[in-house]
Amino acid sequence: MSPVGERPNGPVMVAMSGGVDSSVAAAILQEAGHEIVAVTMKLWGGESDTGCCAVSDVDDARRVADQLGIEHHVFNFGDDFERDVVAPYAADHAAGRTPNPCIECNRHLKFDRLLNRAEALGFSRIATGHHARIVQTARGSRLARGADPGKDQSYVLHVLDQPVLDRLMLPVGSMTKADVRRIAADMGLRTATKPESQDVCFITNQHGRALFLGDRIPLRRGKVVDSEGHEVGSVDAVELVTIGQRKGLGLVGGTDPHYVIDIDTASAVVTVGERSSLDTASTNLESWQWFDEPSTGSVDVQCSAHGVPARGQIDVATMTVRWDQPHRRIAMGQSVVAYSDDTVIGGGIAARP
Amino acid sequence: MDGDEIYLDHAASSPLRDEARDAWIAASNLHQANPTGAHKASRDARRALDDARDVVAAAIGCEASEVVFTSGGSEADNLAVRGVLASRGGTVVCSAGEHHAVLEPVEHAGGLTFRLRPDGVPDVGHLAEILGSAADVSLVSVMAVNNEIGVVAPLGEIAETVRERSPGALLHTDAVQAVQWLDVADATQEFDLISITGHKIGGPVGTGALIVRGGLELDPLILGGGQEQGRRAGTPDVAGAVALAAAVDATVRVRHDDVARVRKLRDRLLDGLVAGLGDQVVVSAAPEGDMSHIAAGFAHVCLRQVEAEALLFLLDSHGLRASAASSCSAGAQEPSHVLASMGIPRDLAIGSLRLSLGPSSTRADVDSALRLIPQAVERLTRFGGG
Repeated sequence: MSPVGERPNGPVMVAMSGGVDSSVAAAILQEAGHEIVAVTMKLWGGESDTGCCAVSDVDDARRVADQLGIEHHVFNFGDDFERDVVAPYAADHAAGRTPNPCIECNRHLKFDRLLNRAEALGFSRIATGHHARIVQTARGSRLARGADPGKDQSYVLHVLDQPVLDRLMLPVGSMTKADVRRIAADMGLRTATKPESQDVCFITNQHGRALFLGDRIPLRRGKVVDSEGHEVGSVDAVELVTIGQRKGLGLVGGTDPHYVIDIDTASAVVTVGERSSLDTASTNLESWQWFDEPSTGSVDVQCSAHGVPARGQIDVATMTVRWDQPHRRIAMGQSVVAYSDDTVIGGGIAARP
Repeated sequence: MDGDEIYLDHAASSPLRDEARDAWIAASNLHQANPTGAHKASRDARRALDDARDVVAAAIGCEASEVVFTSGGSEADNLAVRGVLASRGGTVVCSAGEHHAVLEPVEHAGGLTFRLRPDGVPDVGHLAEILGSAADVSLVSVMAVNNEIGVVAPLGEIAETVRERSPGALLHTDAVQAVQWLDVADATQEFDLISITGHKIGGPVGTGALIVRGGLELDPLILGGGQEQGRRAGTPDVAGAVALAAAVDATVRVRHDDVARVRKLRDRLLDGLVAGLGDQVVVSAAPEGDMSHIAAGFAHVCLRQVEAEALLFLLDSHGLRASAASSCSAGAQEPSHVLASMGIPRDLAIGSLRLSLGPSSTRADVDSALRLIPQAVERLTRFGGG
């Protein structure tokens, strides 16, 4: 009789969200002969209409696991999600930042928390249905773009470090989404044509960000000024304003369009400018980390989940990215990820200009 | 993963008793006819249904006409709370440690709750306070044996308090967990409404009853053909009622000896856990060590620095079936409202483990549990709780 918690066959814990990608990830691993157990993480306990964390998704995950003949469990990480994702999301907005909660969720929940749980339960590896690849380099495992350029999720996974990558499997990362759906359809998986979830799971389409944040942080009226400091309008909640925004600023009509180019939450002042002043030669960074030796020349730099990368030089001494061509300003709090070809080589967060 | 199944989750559902299975199958074959009809097949079914009613009435200490068969404990609880509200209105009151089948209807109707003491016993002093401040209390509901921690409520004292403070109020008890461990007929004498279920005592899932004392006004939840004395419409489940009666009868017959035998096993289990895990284990409803108020089949503990979800996973993979607090509809473990009401901090409640024994439990089960649980706890502690 084996000691409690020891599984000699190197089993894999597959995180199944109830979507098609993780369904196929589980199927592929099973096909390859791995001993697998499926888990669905229950993260958000509140309202949701964005197709995430709902009972129906857990049901889908369980029924796919049933079909594949694998064990399925549900882990309630609601407390961790609240502490590590939702509360910082609200605090970031209060501080005038525009955070990406999916990245924090990947960092803290999908990986740290799940990986620790998996290890405690005797699983040396975990797998997910993310569209990204893990490549082996001379210096170890690195994260690379998924094979389907339209579905690549390496940006939201860039925070995963070597110890995580060493224990992670991404079976659908080398496939196109069309292939994933085809496999699911061929196997008769009920998730084959399921639409994907796009939005932040804890913000409902019905009530939106303003109501969600209004329950958690004080929302303050703000002054809108032009680049000379003249007051030109007002906003109901300075915490909800984003760089590049042009609506809801209380501006008098008939002039050229104006865009938010700076937000000072402390003094509740939003600065607007013309389209051209949205662009900048450099962007300040914080928490920058290179995975290998610092790269001195221009590299591909991506600033949003499905954004097109631009060329720029990362200067760690001044903590800036200097853009080869003027680049649209980046909202404070957004992640900035550097690539060499398809491989993630570094990442950080856009700081205050 | 290896070995036989060690089933220590009787409070969730107890394996079908042979008596219930035999009666169920026989009645299913014999009595498919509608018992409300006039022909012989119907009359036979009707007699089987009424025989079952007699058996349940004798075991619970009521008249046969007071037994309303339901689809189980949740329906019985809902019928009690919502039926009283619909017919009388007023304010409904229950303990904060009730099963959700009572708590939800009470809270939904804007009712009031009173807390549990640190030892899990419903706080009669707090109930008295609430009754003193609330006008027009129509119902007070307190479960006889708590489904998570196994604490036996002082039903006599509760009845006395209610009669004194709110003489017009009806008394309901969810006795779903009690039939196995208590003389329910004796304990619930003062109560107007009593819920029982089949599957906690080796009867089929989907069977149960609400005892409604004679002549009491109670609006039905299900309207239709006026079956069950007009309190619950729908063609009666004759085979289910017969199997429920067989389970109740078998349970009550052996209860005295069973309670003594199971209590010894339970004590062996708890003593063994304390010996193996020391300060890391807390017997949830026995902060002072006294367990005289806990029903014989219940061993509910909180384990420091361990997460129940991970612990249950490990135990399950070694054949030990147990549970933690309540599971949500998705199957995830939710923090327990019972432990919260007792004042047990959330970080301790996260490590809750309910081991519940029943008639089929053996010493070998207990010894396997005592081998597996400390190993699993030790492993999880090493990994930061799991």
